[in-house]
Amino acid sequence: MTSLWTYANPKKFVETTDKVLPFVSVLAIVCLVTGLVWGFFFTPDDYRQGSTVKIIYIHVPSALMAINAWLMMLVASLIWIVRRHHVSALAARAAAPVGLVMTLIALATGAIWGQPMWGTYWAWDPRLTSFLILTLFYFGYIALWSAIENDDTAADLTSILCLVGSVFALLSRYAVNFWNQGLHQGASLSLDKEENVADVFYHPLLVSIAGFVLLFLALVLLRTRTEIRARRVRVLSTRQRME
Amino acid sequence: MIALLLRDLRLAIRAGGGFGLGLAFFLIVVVLVPFAVGPEAGLLSSIAPGILWLGALLACLLSLDRIFALDWEDGSLDLLAVSPLPMEAVVSVKALAHWLTTGVPLVLATPLIAVLLNLPGEGFRSLILSLALGTPALSVIGTFGAALTVGIKRGGLLLSLLVLPLYVPTLIFGAEVARRGLSGQDTSTPLLLLAGITCGAIALLPFASAAVLRVNLR
Repeated sequence: MTSLWTYANPKKFVETTDKVLPFVSVLAIVCLVTGLVWGFFFTPDDYRQGSTVKIIYIHVPSALMAINAWLMMLVASLIWIVRRHHVSALAARAAAPVGLVMTLIALATGAIWGQPMWGTYWAWDPRLTSFLILTLFYFGYIALWSAIENDDTAADLTSILCLVGSVFALLSRYAVNFWNQGLHQGASLSLDKEENVADVFYHPLLVSIAGFVLLFLALVLLRTRTEIRARRVRVLSTRQRME
Repeated sequence: MIALLLRDLRLAIRAGGGFGLGLAFFLIVVVLVPFAVGPEAGLLSSIAPGILWLGALLACLLSLDRIFALDWEDGSLDLLAVSPLPMEAVVSVKALAHWLTTGVPLVLATPLIAVLLNLPGEGFRSLILSLALGTPALSVIGTFGAALTVGIKRGGLLLSLLVLPLYVPTLIFGAEVARRGLSGQDTSTPLLLLAGITCGAIALLPFASAAVLRVNLR
C-alpha cells in the first residue's frame, strides 16, 4: 500500500502532479466559469441589495480560501518541522502568495460592496480588521522567506513563524471582537441549514467555491513544481561550476 | 543566569548601549502628537491613553534589534549557545534584560509624559497598571522577532514587519484597559485578558525563540 508520504519524494511528487495537474486546472476553469456565469447572469437580484449581491460569488470563496490557505501553510509547516520533507516546506512557500492575493481580493470586493450597502469602503469592524491583520501576517511570512538565502534555514524559520503567527492571528481575531462592534453580517454558509443564504444564491455559490478551491490547488501544485525544479537547476549549476 | 543578566544590564547602561534612547524616542513621539492633531486639551486628553500605548510600543520596537545583534557580531552568542545554560534560559534572560532597560523606564516615565497630553487624574492608575502588565509581553514577543531576524543583514525593517502584527492583541487589550480607566468603566476584564497574554507569552514564546536561535546559529 502506498502511503501519503510517498509524495514527499520530489521526483514522485512531480511525476504524480504531471498527471493530476491538467485535470485539476481544467476542472477549476469549468467550475469557475459555471459558478460565476450562473451566479452573475442567471440568478435574480436581491430585493434589498439589488445586483450588488452578486459579488458574493467572488467575495465569499476568496475569503474562505484566504483562511484555508493559511491553515494549509500551518499544516505543511508542521509536517516540515516533524518529518522534514522538503516538498512540504516548498508547498507552504508556494501557498503564501496565493493566499495573500485571496485576502486582497476579499478585502477589495468587500470594499466595493460596502460602498453602496454600508455607505463606506472601510469600517473598523472585527471581521474586516482581522482580515487586515491576516494580510500583514502574509506579508511578514513572504518577506521572511525572501530575506534568507539558505533554503533550509528559511524553511525552518518561516515554519516556526507560521506556528507562532497562527496563535497570534487567532488571538487577534478574538481580541478585535472584544474591541469593536460588528457591522459585517453573520456567516453566509454553515452546516446548519437555517443560517444559509437563500437557495437561488446557494447553489451557484457552492460551484464557485469549488472553483476557487480547485484554482488554489492548481496554483499551489504548479508553484510547488516550479520551486522543486528551480532548486534542482540551482543544484545542477552549482555542481557544474565545481567540475 | 544572573551573571548573564547583570552583563546585559551593564552593557545596556554604559555609553553606546542605547539606554535612554528608547525613553527619548517615547518623549519625542508624544511631543509630536499635539503638533499633528492640534493643541486642544479635550481632544488630547481623550486620545492620550492610545498615544501613550503606541509610543511605548514603538519605543520598545526601536531597541529590539540590539537584543541579539551585538552578541551575534562579536561571537558571544555562539559562546552562550555552547555554555551549559539552555537556550531557553538565555532568551528569557535576554527578554528580561530588555524589559528592565526599556519597559520599566517607560512605565516609570509615563506619569510625567502623560501630563503633556492633559491626561485626567483618574486615568493614571489604569494606564500605568496596563503598561506595567503589557510591556513584559512586548519584550518577550520582540525577543522572538529579534531571534528570527538575527542572521539577516539590515533586518531592522523586516523585524518591524514581523513583530508589529504580533503586537496587535497586546495593544488592543492594553489600550482598552487604559481607555476604560479614563472613562471610569470597569477595567477588570481586559486587564485579566492582558495579564493572560503576558503570562502565555512568557511561558511559551521562549521555546520558539530558542528554536529559532538554534536554527540561526547552525
